[in-house]
Amino acid sequence: MTAPGVDAGVPVLRTEGITKRFGAVVALRGVDIALARGEVLGLVGDNGAGKSTFVKIVCGFQRPDSGRILVDGNEVHLHSVKDARAHGIEAVYQDLALVPQLSVYQNLFLNREVTTLGRLGWLSTRKMRAEAKAYLDDIKVSIPNIEAEAETLSGGQRQAIAVARATRQNAKILLLDEPLAAMGAKESALIIDLVKDLSSNRGVSILVIDHNYAHLFELCDRVNVFQQGRVTFDRRVEETSLEELTELMVSEYRRQVMAGHVELGDAGTA
Amino acid sequence: MSQATLTPGETSPVPAPAAPSTARRGPAGALLRLFTSRREATIFIVAVAIIIYFAARTSAFYSYANIVTIVQYMAPIGVIGVGEVFLLTLGEIDLSAGQIFLISPWIVVWLQQAGLPIGWAITVSLLCCVVIGAINGLITVLLNVPSFVTTLGTYFSLLGLVLIVSNDAQADMPGTTGMFGQVFGISSWSEIGWALAIVVVLHVVLKRTRFGMHVTATGGNLLGAAEAGIPVRRIKVWSFMILAFGAGFIGLLDSIRIQSLDPASPGTTVMFSAVSAAVIGGTSLLGGRGTVIGATIGAIVLGVLEDGFNLIGVSANEFTLVTGLVILVAMAINVQLSRVGARSR
Repeated sequence: MTAPGVDAGVPVLRTEGITKRFGAVVALRGVDIALARGEVLGLVGDNGAGKSTFVKIVCGFQRPDSGRILVDGNEVHLHSVKDARAHGIEAVYQDLALVPQLSVYQNLFLNREVTTLGRLGWLSTRKMRAEAKAYLDDIKVSIPNIEAEAETLSGGQRQAIAVARATRQNAKILLLDEPLAAMGAKESALIIDLVKDLSSNRGVSILVIDHNYAHLFELCDRVNVFQQGRVTFDRRVEETSLEELTELMVSEYRRQVMAGHVELGDAGTA
Repeated sequence: MSQATLTPGETSPVPAPAAPSTARRGPAGALLRLFTSRREATIFIVAVAIIIYFAARTSAFYSYANIVTIVQYMAPIGVIGVGEVFLLTLGEIDLSAGQIFLISPWIVVWLQQAGLPIGWAITVSLLCCVVIGAINGLITVLLNVPSFVTTLGTYFSLLGLVLIVSNDAQADMPGTTGMFGQVFGISSWSEIGWALAIVVVLHVVLKRTRFGMHVTATGGNLLGAAEAGIPVRRIKVWSFMILAFGAGFIGLLDSIRIQSLDPASPGTTVMFSAVSAAVIGGTSLLGGRGTVIGATIGAIVLGVLEDGFNLIGVSANEFTLVTGLVILVAMAINVQLSRVGARSR
């Protein structure tokens, strides 16, 4: 599932010592990650471990207190989501991205429409349809009817369209938040195939956040475990196992309970 | 983000349903898609049914003079209605549109009295209308005031302004003579001709241009549209301006046709009729879904009802009650149909 030689060369995305504090709460205590070209990296950790904050920083939604973000080896300063996008970093949210009432091809071209007649902005519908179809075929996403409104699609198809839009607009680093949540086997297969195709055939690098280890093992080349604002565990998926990850998380949880950081009653939300 | 699960290997028990293809294929399907959607079809059938009903009840219904009466009644409702379609599609509404419709001829009268030639008076009046639309839009998007409240405020302000400046006295509308008057309102078919032109342009803008697609996107998913970089605030302000221009323009034509102005007439009737036309035509009040063609047919339905009841001798008082009930039934049917439609998808 990994393209040959992805470990060679400069990481597409690298962070060094990212810290973030919200008042008295320290969310990140120095996060270092490295994401290679065409690599799928899973981020896992309890709520409050810092992975959401980290992802918000990487996609330009929040700024770190200190630390460096490097894209292709060059330091970047992400002041906004737009900045991040300009560097090819884009977060894809299944339910946020698409306009339910617009068709598949209109959603693919949202705000990047092909138009004629200059400022009149006459939509070149035929051209957009053809390009949308060609692109979806290219990345092997099969949508029966690209004229269908997005709200008639299944969750997996919507997610696939959202991902396709990001990559069509030259995103090279995708952030996927629980991409397989609430999906049946068929839907999951669609997304897993898409993620693998984009990463190995197109060199797109992907960060996946998920609480579900089984999903991570299906999607990722490597996993990083977040604990208390740091990456504490970094392994290729073939070098670890569900059991090891589970044991790691459970023992960490027990340790926190012993140390009095967590009440036992919090188990439901931990 | 959802809750953590400490059970590895657990997969979601909720399988997503497979999406059936809703495409209608073949030339007949393409034709159907081209001209109508399900909701437009509903109001179209209603329109045909009531036209047949009144035509069967009285031969006066399809006389030339009566058809002129109907189209003159429906022209302002149609133009303001399709303007409201843009705002409703955005999830907004403009309650002041009827008052913009009424103030634009007054501005012409005042400017004429101040010594401006008629051409300039009309140009400046239309500019004023666009500025009123811009004010509606800017207050709504910059101060985050719901447009329902913003435009309620401008409605009362404009009504008061007309009453103050006109000194509560009626006035004659200038510009009614010669070729100019004929083209802009006097000729029987001029008002509806302009109205149809505006309807066609706005239909094309909504369905075939980038701006129209961004209107749908903004109303359908405000956050998603903004995330994609669409200037959602600008889209909204422009839409308020388009409606204000249309309302002001058709207001001029209507006054030139009638040739006199009454300061006490409130703009609520035409505004509510216009919003009704849009909604019974299938435009959703929740945003994201608008149809200019539906609103136009909605205006025809309201025009035919008003005129038809008149002809068969239902009194004006009864007519108002019946209209209210018809609007309630039509809207209820439309809401139910869209629910059924959403479920069957």
